[in-house]
Order: sequence, then structure tokens, then C-alpha cells
Amino acid sequence: MAVDTARPGVRPSRTAFYNDPTIRAILYQVAVVVTVVAVGWYLFHNLTTNMARQGIASGFGFLNREAAFAIGEHLIDYSPADTYGRALLVGLLNTLYVSVIAIVLATIWGTILGIARISSNWIVRKLALVYVEIFRNIPLLLQLFLWWAILREVTPPLRDAWNLLPGVWISKQGLIYPMPKADPAHLWIGLAFLVGVVAAVVVHRWARQRQAATGQPFPSIWAGVGLIVGIPLLVWLAFGAPLVFDVPEKGRFRFTGGSEISPEFTALVFGLVVYTAAFIAEIVRGGIQAVPWGQTESAAAVGLTRTQALRLVLLPQALRIIVPPMTSQYLNIAKNSSLAVGIGYPDIVNIANTTMNQTGQSVEGIAIIMAVYLTISLSISLFMNWYNKRIALVER
Amino acid sequence: VAELAHNGRALVGEEVKPPAASTGALGWVRKNLFGSVGNTILTLLAAWFLVATVPDFVSWAFLKATWVAKSVRECGVEDVREGACWAFIGEKWRFILFGRFPFAEQWRPVLVCLVFVALFLASTNRRLWGRPLVVVWLGGLVINGLLMWGGIVGMTFVPTELWSGLPLTLVLAVIGMSFAFPLGIVLALGRRSHMPAVRSLCVAYIELIRGVPLISLLFMATQMLPLFLPSGVTIDKLLRAQIAIILFAAAYLAEVIRAGLQSLPKGQYEAASALGLSYWQATRLIVLPQALAAVIPALVNSFIGIFKDTTLVLIVSLFDLLMTANNATTDPLWRGTSTEAYIFVAAVFWVFCFFMSKYSQMLEVDLNKGRKR
Repeated sequence: MAVDTARPGVRPSRTAFYNDPTIRAILYQVAVVVTVVAVGWYLFHNLTTNMARQGIASGFGFLNREAAFAIGEHLIDYSPADTYGRALLVGLLNTLYVSVIAIVLATIWGTILGIARISSNWIVRKLALVYVEIFRNIPLLLQLFLWWAILREVTPPLRDAWNLLPGVWISKQGLIYPMPKADPAHLWIGLAFLVGVVAAVVVHRWARQRQAATGQPFPSIWAGVGLIVGIPLLVWLAFGAPLVFDVPEKGRFRFTGGSEISPEFTALVFGLVVYTAAFIAEIVRGGIQAVPWGQTESAAAVGLTRTQALRLVLLPQALRIIVPPMTSQYLNIAKNSSLAVGIGYPDIVNIANTTMNQTGQSVEGIAIIMAVYLTISLSISLFMNWYNKRIALVER
Repeated sequence: VAELAHNGRALVGEEVKPPAASTGALGWVRKNLFGSVGNTILTLLAAWFLVATVPDFVSWAFLKATWVAKSVRECGVEDVREGACWAFIGEKWRFILFGRFPFAEQWRPVLVCLVFVALFLASTNRRLWGRPLVVVWLGGLVINGLLMWGGIVGMTFVPTELWSGLPLTLVLAVIGMSFAFPLGIVLALGRRSHMPAVRSLCVAYIELIRGVPLISLLFMATQMLPLFLPSGVTIDKLLRAQIAIILFAAAYLAEVIRAGLQSLPKGQYEAASALGLSYWQATRLIVLPQALAAVIPALVNSFIGIFKDTTLVLIVSLFDLLMTANNATTDPLWRGTSTEAYIFVAAVFWVFCFFMSKYSQMLEVDLNKGRKR
């Protein structure tokens, strides 16, 4: 409709200014913008009239109303008496929590698989190939359902929970594992860890400067590891080495003590990691194989050890190829965490969906979901672009 | 040294064979499995992993599995099942594959799936590429539309609410790709346009869509789209989900096509304008044929992605292949058979995706032959 009104106004003027591309370009753009605005206005007009007719109040006022639904897992305090706003915040934190854990684990697992894909060991190489071919060709949602079904159907009920490792149990209720008991020493150990990290950075800088100035190398990596592990260890020993684990005790109906991971969370993280790692493996393999063999040989020729060659010659070049596609995999993990709604993990989409069903505020609910994911996507992109720039080839 | 000695001896005419342990099966095993200490450890770990998993899985999936049964109770003793209950698939495969489509008419969706597979196979024939393939596809889609809807030549009319299972998944993916493709071309051209207003609109659209998950678009299509339409106008639920998939896929395809456009040397554009071709002529005759040919493997991969993503429509309660599997397991006679159902559906998806991805890899090698050094 809007198209019909906009087009006839353009055509005659196009013939009139036929030989001037600048004017034509301006007219084209005016036409496009007018069309888009007209269609947008038309849709918005329909939206407001429809909402007025159905008696849906627009705006975000509902965020302050009582949510009145329970959420199984929350990182911050939450009860059904809290507001929708707080419920959505719980969902947002759950989304971020799942995404961060899945990104870290998928990177580690995917890198291992990618290296295994080009291992000189035949059986390892073939196993990795089979893994990649199986898991990247099955839809993620289906994989999540499968893990979720296996957790529900294959694992025993709580009273027959499997004892995987001493203190680690798995049952239909999820995974239960021991946690160190809270101790005043923990705070100091945490602080000591931070001190160790700072000290390691300082030593690393000093070692680089010295090597640049005098050519004398210093094993700053090992020194750094020593500082980061050693200082907290010393503090721990100074406190008399407190090591009391809160080991879960199996009762008749429930476990006492220990910490618990729900089956939903386990299935979601496991599914995301298993699926995305198959893609990351291919990226890592491609990146490593793209570095010419001559680089390895010249590194050996200038007398670098294998580790040095890997760290100073091969990895920096492989990373340049790996990082951009890796970014899109990280974005995929963040976006795919929205599939949590399928297996009932309370992420932002799940909670926004419940909110929309209860309040009818679908426009606002979807706007919130989109805003959240756009922000997450943008942050990951910005960070990875910054990192990419840091490792990029410096050219003239 | 060994090599030198070898050469020296060979000169005198005496043939020296390599040591027995470095050739044949034994040599292969030594080289590939036990080459070094680390390698041996890896081999042992992998062997341990295989021994720990494969026998259990084989026993569950085959040895202790039940192939014929009337209900899940016959698959095990008192709720404890040692093996898979494949009898469930034997009982429910028609529902999982074709869902709520009228039972007596299910030869139609079977034909639809066969036509789709035939179309996929026809697309691999490179002599058909170009206009003949478009004609073949249009014909195939018309036939499939008639088969699904029916209402003519004695076939009963089947509304889209009853479309389900594998045909629905294939329809969503194929129609999604077919409509997203031209939209993606327009967006990609717009993003490379010299007109700032057009360019920014296209960039905004592509980045917005790529920044949000498909679920949010599906929610939007099912919950918000009715609000955007004038009162009295309603759109079929399947069509709404289909629109969401098209809009979503178009943004991703646009980026794939843009990569193709960027791979084209600038001289091609200049040569086209030197010949006096207009923008649209140059795009249609010079730019797009080369740009699209360069990204065919990536387009196949995009299609695999869309195909896998169609499973998300079950969240807005459409009866795709995954949803029918879900529903089949709610039968009280077959409680607790989700694992079997999902493995069956996973196998169906896997076969499609695996062969498409193999084809795309083959194509990539084949199409790059001219450029390979």
C-alpha cells in the first residue's frame, strides 16, 4: 500500500534527471527511506490500535508488579513475591552464567578435539573425526532433548543414585558434589591469588624488558605459574591447611550437604559444549593447518625448541585465522543458550516467555529479549574485535 | 647414516629391504599408534575409552534391545530396561515421520519427501545448474504443494495445522531458503551500495537479526505479528513461523553473498561499466553469476544450518519432526522412550545433514580446481 503511493512520485523525476547519477541516487534513497518509514508507521499504527482494542496497556510498568511464579535456579535471592523486573534479572544472570561456562568449556574441549583431529595418532585422529561428524550434523535442540532425556530416563532415582567418584553422585535430581566448607582462610587465599596474578604480570613484564635489553631469557611462564599457585598455597599452609569438605551424605529421600547442579543446567551446558566444540575443533584444525610447514622448519632452524616454536611462531599465526570464526561461535553459544526454554532452564527467554503469557505484554517482553541479546552480542563482538586487533599482523 | 649406507649398497647392486618393523601392518601400527611414549599413552587412553563405551552401547542398542513389543512394559522387567525399546519406533515411526497428517492419506507426505530428495539429488547434477534447475524446482514445489494441500483429483483437503513431521521440516527449510535467498541478495547488494541511506538500512537489518536468537523472531512472528496486522486479517500459524525463518535466514545469507561479492576483483565491475552496462545489467550478467558461484559451498552450509534450525519451531508448537517425536513419547503405553525417539530423529537429521555437508566439501574442492596451484 505504502509502496504504491511512493513509487509513482519517483518515476517521472527519474526520467527527467536521467543523466545525473547523484540526483538519481538521492531520489532512490528518498524513495527507499519513505517506503520504510511508511511501512513502519503503518505497522506501528496497527499495533497501537490493536493494543488499544484488546485493552493491553503498553509500557514497562508491569516490571514493578509481583511476578508470582517460582524460579528453580537463581544466582541472586528470588521469591515469587518479587517483581517481574527481578525475575527477568534472574533470567539474565542465568543466561550469562550458562553462556560464560559453556564458552570456556567449549573452547577447551574444542581445542583439544581440533588438535586431536591432526594428531599423528591414527586412533585419536579417527575418534575426533567421528565425534565432529556426528555432533555437528544433529540439530542442537534435538541434542539438548537427548541429553535431557538420558538424564531423566537412564539415570536412577535419587534413592539409587550412582556414585561416580567418591562424594560425587548422579541421579534424576542432578549432579551432587562435595564443596570445601567455608573457612575464614578462603578470603585470604583468594586475596593471595590476586596478589600472585599481579606479581606474575610484573615478573613477565620485567623479563620481557630484560630480554629486550640484554638478550638474557627468563622462564617467566613457570615463574608466573609458581607465583599464582605458590602464594595462595603458602597462605593456606599458614592457616594450618584447613581442608574440610562438605561431603554429600545420602539420606533416604534427599542428600544433605554438598552442592547440586540441576539436570536442566547439566543438559544445557553439556549440549552447548558438545555441539559447539565440534565446530570449534574444525576452526582450530583449519587455523593450525593454514600455517605453512616451512614455518615449523624455520623455527627449528633458528634453534627454537618445540614449545618455543609453538608459542612464538605457530600459535600467533594460527590465532590470526582462528579468532574471527571463533567470535561467531561464541556469539552462537550466547544465542543458542536461549534454547534453554525447550528443556525448562530458567534463562531470560524462558522467564520473558512466562512473563508475556501472564501479563500479555508480548511487545515489551520480546523487546527485552532482543535488547538483552543485542547487548550480549555487541559486547562479545567488541571484546573479540579488540583481541583480534591486538594479535593482528602489524603492517605498514 | 642408514640412508647413506643404503645408497652405497644399492650402488653395488645389492638390494637392501627396509627393516621388517617399518613396513606392512606392523610398521603402520608402530608409526601410527606407538610412535612415541606420548603416542602410546594416547593410544591406550583411546582404547580404554572405546572398551569402556562401545560394548555397553552395543549391548544397549542391539544385544539387549527389544524389537517387537506391544508396549514399553514388554521391553523390560518392572520398569528396569537393560536395552533399547526399538519396538516403540516400529510402532510409532509413521506418527514420528508424518505426525497428524490423516493416516489414510499418508502416501502423500511420503511422496512429498521423495520429491524433495529427488530435487536435492537433481541439484547435484551440474549440467542442470541454471535455468533448467529453477524450472525443475518450481515444478517440484508445485507438485509438493498440491500433494500437501490436496483438495483436487480426489485428494482430501489437508489444512496446514495438520502438516507435520519430516515433510513440515523439509517445507520450512526449503521454502525458507528459497525466499531468503533473493532477499539475501538484495540485502548484500544494499550493504555494498554507495548510497548511505540504503547501506545503513541494510547494515541495521543484518546486524539486528544476526544479533538475536531465532527464538525471539519466532516469538515475534507468533505473538506480535497478529498485532501488526489490521484487524480482521489473520495469517496461518505455519506461514508466520515460515516468515520468521525467512527473515532470519536472509540476514545470514546476505553475509555469505557479501563475501562472494567482495571476492570479485574490482576489474570486473570496471569492465562491466566500460562495456556500457547499467548497474542492474552489470549485477545480473557479470557480478552475481561470479559472486554466487564462489560461495555455493557456503550456501549449502547455510542451508544445513537452516535445516537444523527449523527444529526451533516446536517451541511455538508447530509439529515438526522433533515435536512429533516428543508427542509420540507421551503415549501412556510407551512412557520413558524419549531416548529411543530422539536417537531415531537424530539419525534422520544426521543422514540429511551429513550428506549435504559432504557434498558441500566435495563441491568446494571441485569448484576450486581452476584456482588451485
